[in-house]
Amino acid sequence: MTGWLLALVQLALFVLGAPLLVIWVKRVKCFLQNRRAPSMLQPYRDLGKLFRKQVVLAENASQLFRMAPYIVFAAMVLAAFTVPLIAIQLPTAAIADMLVLVGFLAIGRFFITLAGMDVGTAFGGMGSSREVSLSAFAEPAMLMVIFTLAMTAQSTNLSSVMQYLIDVGLVLRPSLMFALLGMLLVAVAETGRVPVDNPATHLELTMVHEAMILEYSGRHLAMMEWAAQLKLMIFGALVVNIFFPWGLATEFTLVAIAIGIAAMIIKLAVLGVVLALSETVLAKMRVFRVPEYLNLAFLLALLGALSHIILEVGV
Amino acid sequence: MNIVDFSLQEQMVLLIAALVLFTSFALLAQQRMLASIHVFAWQGALVAGATALIAAVYDQPHLYFSAALTMALKALFMPWMLHRLVNRLGIQHHVETVVRPSLILLAAAALVVFSYYVALPIEKLSLLSTRNTIAISMAVVLLGMLMMVSRRQAVSQVIGFMSIENGLFFAAVVSTHGMPMVVELGIAFDVLVAAVLFGVFFLQIRDSIESLDVDRLNRLSETRLVESVREAEE
Repeated sequence: MTGWLLALVQLALFVLGAPLLVIWVKRVKCFLQNRRAPSMLQPYRDLGKLFRKQVVLAENASQLFRMAPYIVFAAMVLAAFTVPLIAIQLPTAAIADMLVLVGFLAIGRFFITLAGMDVGTAFGGMGSSREVSLSAFAEPAMLMVIFTLAMTAQSTNLSSVMQYLIDVGLVLRPSLMFALLGMLLVAVAETGRVPVDNPATHLELTMVHEAMILEYSGRHLAMMEWAAQLKLMIFGALVVNIFFPWGLATEFTLVAIAIGIAAMIIKLAVLGVVLALSETVLAKMRVFRVPEYLNLAFLLALLGALSHIILEVGV
Repeated sequence: MNIVDFSLQEQMVLLIAALVLFTSFALLAQQRMLASIHVFAWQGALVAGATALIAAVYDQPHLYFSAALTMALKALFMPWMLHRLVNRLGIQHHVETVVRPSLILLAAAALVVFSYYVALPIEKLSLLSTRNTIAISMAVVLLGMLMMVSRRQAVSQVIGFMSIENGLFFAAVVSTHGMPMVVELGIAFDVLVAAVLFGVFFLQIRDSIESLDVDRLNRLSETRLVESVREAEE
């Protein structure tokens, strides 16, 4: 019972905390670029404003266009359900493993690309086409990272992987180093951050995610944006909790959970600073260079798998 | 032997070995002249670092000398010389077109698997904890060869050649804790002399065919041959 309750608390933290991570990255970026930062509550105000606004639909928008925001949001919430944020060995861990998580993300992507093409504007179709072709490169890399982890921990279940890594303690594994680098590259591409996509602009010919949701307004747009923020949170939680699992609550006591929440906040804050730094230093790259970038991610993940076999298991 | 049983320093050696392999991949993928020289310098520095670490962990003081030599020659002097040469030839910003880059990287991954299988029986003979890295150093050698095969630029071929030497040195350090000092010194100075000779060689090629693309060496002789045949017929 405590387990299920904790799972629900964790899900609430995920969904309500997602805008906080986004605004944290934005604030650090503003600080680095000597601009005045928006308040920490700004994304909530934006979402509230969008929820109150009237929905304007294109005349030829189909039922699918209206359903897609809810499906995308639901897929992200389900994905968040399977990712440990503050505690492991929750009852929700038994529902799904990492492969299913990739599947949830794929469902979200499938419907967002369909919605992008539904109204028939040039931008929407272009964004969808780009999103699909990029994901064809990103998904194999992500799966390769998962296989590397599975070889190390003998499980594809996120909770068991984290449990194993906590139990073993600090081991410098070349395979996990490569997997971390590959995962970071994939996460940047999947969440549409610089250098792959720029979440801060609606005015570029090279936009991907923003081009697909260009036709949305009101509460539909709010759902889409919230889902995107949730996706960033999911990838952030994956990166920090798989590769730096220390601090996660392994038992359901108040102290352990308090430590888990504190550790989560610190780890995500550090990750946000790293993300903001990289976005300040790097320029957005040309769309045609992105497959090269994702090939690098795949290569890193492959090297991770190879170095696990060659260096870590031994003869 | 599993990595969990190793001490933290031994794990560090394995980590550096993996990084050396990664620099080899980076060399293969890198198309800019100055950037590949920098990657080559990093590879040298990593090999030197691994050597120093092995010297400390296994109490082999003579390896400190090798590490210092590697650091001085391969991480500092040779990159500096290549740098100067590239500046002199005016090809700092040269971007080389690699034919089918993704295919080459796949071939490189296949070479790593191949060297793993080849090194398996050798590793069984060794009792050192660094024996797993023999396959890595072999892969570095093979990747250096692949780089020499896949590039047209004379300078990048030379970088490939020198990374082969890095792989050989790394193999010697991890499998037997270093060759005798005489051999090591000999090889180091051989490569040094080779680097100097290559410098002269570059300038020569450049003077005769006005390019550093070694493919043009073939074409030139063929056209000359055809011309001389034609002249003879006339």
